[in-house]
Amino acid sequence: MLSQKTKDTLLGPLNANNPVVVQILGICSALAVTVQLKPALVMGIAVTIIVAMANVIVSLIRNTIPMRVRIIVQLVVVAALVTLVSEVLKAFAYDVAMQLSVYLGLIITNCILMGRLEAFAMTNKPWDSFLDGLGNGLGYAIILVIVAFVRELFGAGQLLGFQVFPQSWYDAGYENNGMMLMPAMALILVGCVIWAHRAYNDKEAK
Amino acid sequence: MNKFYQIWKKFGQNFQEGGKFAKLSSFYDAFDTFLFTPDATAKRNGSHIHDGRDSKRTMILVVIALIPALLFGMFNVGYQHLLATGQLAAISELTCPLFWKAFGFGTLAVLPYLIVAYVVGLGIEFTVAQIKHEEVAEGFLVTGFIIPLIVPINTPLWQVAIAVAFAVIFAKEVFGGTGYNIFNVALITRAFLFFAYPSHMTGDEPFVRIGSTFGWDGGQLVEGYTCATPLTQLGTGTPVSQSFWDMANGLIPGSVGETCIWAILLGGLLLICTGVASWKTMLATFVGGALTAILFNRFGAESNLAAQYPWYMHLVSGGFAFGAVFMATDPVTSARTECGKWIYGFLIGLVAVLVRVLNPGYPEGMMLAILLMNAFAPLIDWCVVQVNINKRAKRVAK
Repeated sequence: MLSQKTKDTLLGPLNANNPVVVQILGICSALAVTVQLKPALVMGIAVTIIVAMANVIVSLIRNTIPMRVRIIVQLVVVAALVTLVSEVLKAFAYDVAMQLSVYLGLIITNCILMGRLEAFAMTNKPWDSFLDGLGNGLGYAIILVIVAFVRELFGAGQLLGFQVFPQSWYDAGYENNGMMLMPAMALILVGCVIWAHRAYNDKEAK
Repeated sequence: MNKFYQIWKKFGQNFQEGGKFAKLSSFYDAFDTFLFTPDATAKRNGSHIHDGRDSKRTMILVVIALIPALLFGMFNVGYQHLLATGQLAAISELTCPLFWKAFGFGTLAVLPYLIVAYVVGLGIEFTVAQIKHEEVAEGFLVTGFIIPLIVPINTPLWQVAIAVAFAVIFAKEVFGGTGYNIFNVALITRAFLFFAYPSHMTGDEPFVRIGSTFGWDGGQLVEGYTCATPLTQLGTGTPVSQSFWDMANGLIPGSVGETCIWAILLGGLLLICTGVASWKTMLATFVGGALTAILFNRFGAESNLAAQYPWYMHLVSGGFAFGAVFMATDPVTSARTECGKWIYGFLIGLVAVLVRVLNPGYPEGMMLAILLMNAFAPLIDWCVVQVNINKRAKRVAK
């Protein structure tokens, strides 16, 4: 269905060219929104939609954007989309929108967005740009979900708000790990993901 | 000794390539170097007296220096238990059987921590050495010995195990193993416990064991007895009930090895005499802490108990002395230039007192102070070296 090139565009960012663990972009929001799984999921979806749409729009108008003001044009496109998404979230998922608070608006400054617009959408056709945005957004979302999964599981004993560890464990002396709730631990966990990712890919390369 | 040496070497042939246990060669090597390396001894006929000192022997000296603090800590754990459960009213009533009961109780309470720290830490070290085909480094000997001394006696063992694993992997092996770590591994263990399981690290309960140890000698807390450490009282804004001499003698609640100043100073003396630890770092830490506390005494608000806490009390309460003698002087993570040691130590004392006085959320600032300065030690060294280079360049230019 897809040619090799488009496949690479879509699936590359999920693994070999992941925006978070390979390009080390978008770390700040990855630390901030991953205390629980739910906001991380919503954040991942929001970023995926915004990158994909922004990529398409910028790609459509890429030949008419004057080179000297291209960053401003890109920012306007992204800002419009972010405002749209945040209004939708406030209307239909108010709690999560409040949890994400300022980080929803800060998607505008997410390095992944500007990076993809500059590096890909400005020089490629809309369909390829769409796939590229989708891939990068999902690559970002995967890492967020992995980190949030570990943090919520060991930090609160819950997943998506449901109690996973039974009360009998706590009675037997088990305790939630408060370190998991701190941003410092998110950084260490991202480091662990990078570690596992590199180790796996190095093995593949050999 | 010579005979044992020959038997040991013969046994070692099994571990060489093609031998029965070739895969375990790093185990043999670890014990071989532990006992017999460096094996060069000076000839009797020369005037050059040469002692083959390497990091393994250095580590052993530190462990020996820690033994007084450990023994006293074991006794104190039992002693506090007897006091809290009402079996003893004061130190003057201590009889011989009660002494041995206290010591036995404390030993039973402290030994599991020592064993858990060594088993987990050395297990990881040995595993990593096998994977990387390297020798087992000796760095964990001291770390594993310090860990039981700096955690409160009621910390659950599984939490200690997790903290040790975290510290060894993320503070040490990730950076390249012994000698490459930026932060003091034992302190990272404590910091992990402090932030991950805070209920066991602060407050009144953690520092005195009231319940039984392996089912032996349980008890109920006597009414009116307080288990609060001096710094807990300071943090909660109540006047400190212990006197200077109480704290120096160490028969007070606290982390296992940090209470008795005399035991710590005894160990410190050994470290200084053998040249293992730098007296400059120790002295600078005490001076830095004292000067900062004096400043607070002079200019702090009258009503602020923490600011008015006398400087000499700062030096003997909490983990200040233990940190200054055994942790700040860690040769890997401290500053290495002679001038840098003064700056490094001074800033540790300064930050420790700053945290104690200004942040009631962290009653004890020593751990955070040393970790912070660990991060700055390379910068301090770099500045000292640069200043020296500039000075000499100017001299040449003249």
